[in-house]
Amino acid sequence: MHPAPSVIIFTTLSGLGFGLLAWLGLGFPEVTGWVAFTFFAIAYALAVGGLVSSTFHLGHPERALLAFTQWRTSWLSREGVVSVATLLVMAVYGAGLVFWGESWRLLGVIGAVLSLGTVFCTAMIYAQMDTVPRWKTPLTPLLYLMLSVAGGALLAGQVKAAMLLLPLAAAAQVLWWMRGDGAFAQSGTTLATATGLGGTGKVRSFEHPHTGSNYLLREFTFQVGRKHATKLRSIAMLLGYVLPFSLLIMPFSHALALVAVLSHLAGVAASRWLFFAEAEHVVGLYYGKR
Amino acid sequence: MTTLPEKTDRKLGLVIDLDTCVGCHACVVSCKGWNTENYGAPLSDQDPYGADPSGTFLNRVHSYEVQPEEGAAQLIHFPKSCLHCEDAPCVTVCPTGASYKRVEDGIVLVNESACIGCGLCAWACPYGAREMDAAEGVMKKCTLCVDRIYNVNLPEEDRVPACVRTCPAGARHFGDLGDPESDVSKLVEERGGMDLMPEQGTKPVNKYLPPRPKDELDQVDVLAPYLQPVAEEPKGFIGWLDRTLEKL
Repeated sequence: MHPAPSVIIFTTLSGLGFGLLAWLGLGFPEVTGWVAFTFFAIAYALAVGGLVSSTFHLGHPERALLAFTQWRTSWLSREGVVSVATLLVMAVYGAGLVFWGESWRLLGVIGAVLSLGTVFCTAMIYAQMDTVPRWKTPLTPLLYLMLSVAGGALLAGQVKAAMLLLPLAAAAQVLWWMRGDGAFAQSGTTLATATGLGGTGKVRSFEHPHTGSNYLLREFTFQVGRKHATKLRSIAMLLGYVLPFSLLIMPFSHALALVAVLSHLAGVAASRWLFFAEAEHVVGLYYGKR
Repeated sequence: MTTLPEKTDRKLGLVIDLDTCVGCHACVVSCKGWNTENYGAPLSDQDPYGADPSGTFLNRVHSYEVQPEEGAAQLIHFPKSCLHCEDAPCVTVCPTGASYKRVEDGIVLVNESACIGCGLCAWACPYGAREMDAAEGVMKKCTLCVDRIYNVNLPEEDRVPACVRTCPAGARHFGDLGDPESDVSKLVEERGGMDLMPEQGTKPVNKYLPPRPKDELDQVDVLAPYLQPVAEEPKGFIGWLDRTLEKL
């Protein structure tokens, strides 16, 4: 799949932002006043920044409001509805903390559930795709949720929780990669089933429909990523999990915490780039690309 | 609404005969011609006369080589467009309701004025039947020429999809695949019509007729004995040359 920068930025930033909102909703850390304002400002900047960035790849962003209508069937629509609900609920909860020093616990818990619900919806947009076997697994929402919760803990300054969750997220990541590498072969979709011509012999793409490129080739048969996959996976592992974890072991300082967060963010971004760049869409079969 | 209908009154679709298709691409041209001038946004081209031409097509013809265990390979031309699936995954993923499947005839359409161009429907389609128009930013797909098949301003013989009307080989057939008595349903029955990627669970309405096996000649060839090689071992000058070259 073509790794669109807007979608990578969106899923990386908003995943982290909603993870932080979930921790804030549960009262970790229990903050009020200006400190609460700072935490909420960071969370909203990440979550809303991500959401806004996701509209950049739309052909007609001015019609985006229509995307709230089809929540009965569409995970993308559900994501829109749940994310707005989260932002509204957490805004009220945050206002209570910032302006009145009040912690409306029930509201916070609802906001935390909605935050993780948003991340789940994002993951399901990919996990529902029968056409991309690498994504079609319950491990995809697990990975997204683990990353969001671990990154959120890191941002929320929950050192103990982060030291537990970062290795768990790393494990989910490795599991997701291991399963993903065999997923296309496992799916049973081949050029033979795609053309129905497998009965008489071995099928080979002889000629493409046109000599030029097209939307399908640009969007679905991206291959650059696979060349550097191992290197990028190592970078994602190192920056996303190993380095932040090592920094957490050291005596706490704000500077080190900032480095840990930035390193984690870069690692997750690398992993998210691979998430798209390595994903093989079955339509590539018709072009002899798999 | 992006909820798929429980059932449709009819299942209009195409039957494509892979045995007959000669790969002339006339259907591609007529499709592009009709659909760029009629319903919805035109099918744009980018850099059409330049070094890197690209454009939106609703129908494309691939070519595949099938190599059997023994004997010569067979070349099969393979037109591919929207299969108007009964369980169309492209419809349910649409966040805006722009994609829908019609209850009256099962045609899958895009309401372009509600399309935000997110591209998710194209991701959900295993067949590559949907293409985002680079100029218009909306999703384009085969409409089964919905603006021809019901068009009373056209002569009756023209009220079929443009690709079917133009096919010089008669490799494309249009009709109601939900009616077991229709010509297309009988054709599918008779020729063993098949689904593409059945394991994807999309239940395509369009069917493909597999190529028939090649003829085998089993007559006795009376000339064969006279065409046997006459000299097993070369003699004379050629024989000397052959032996000398062999020794080198």
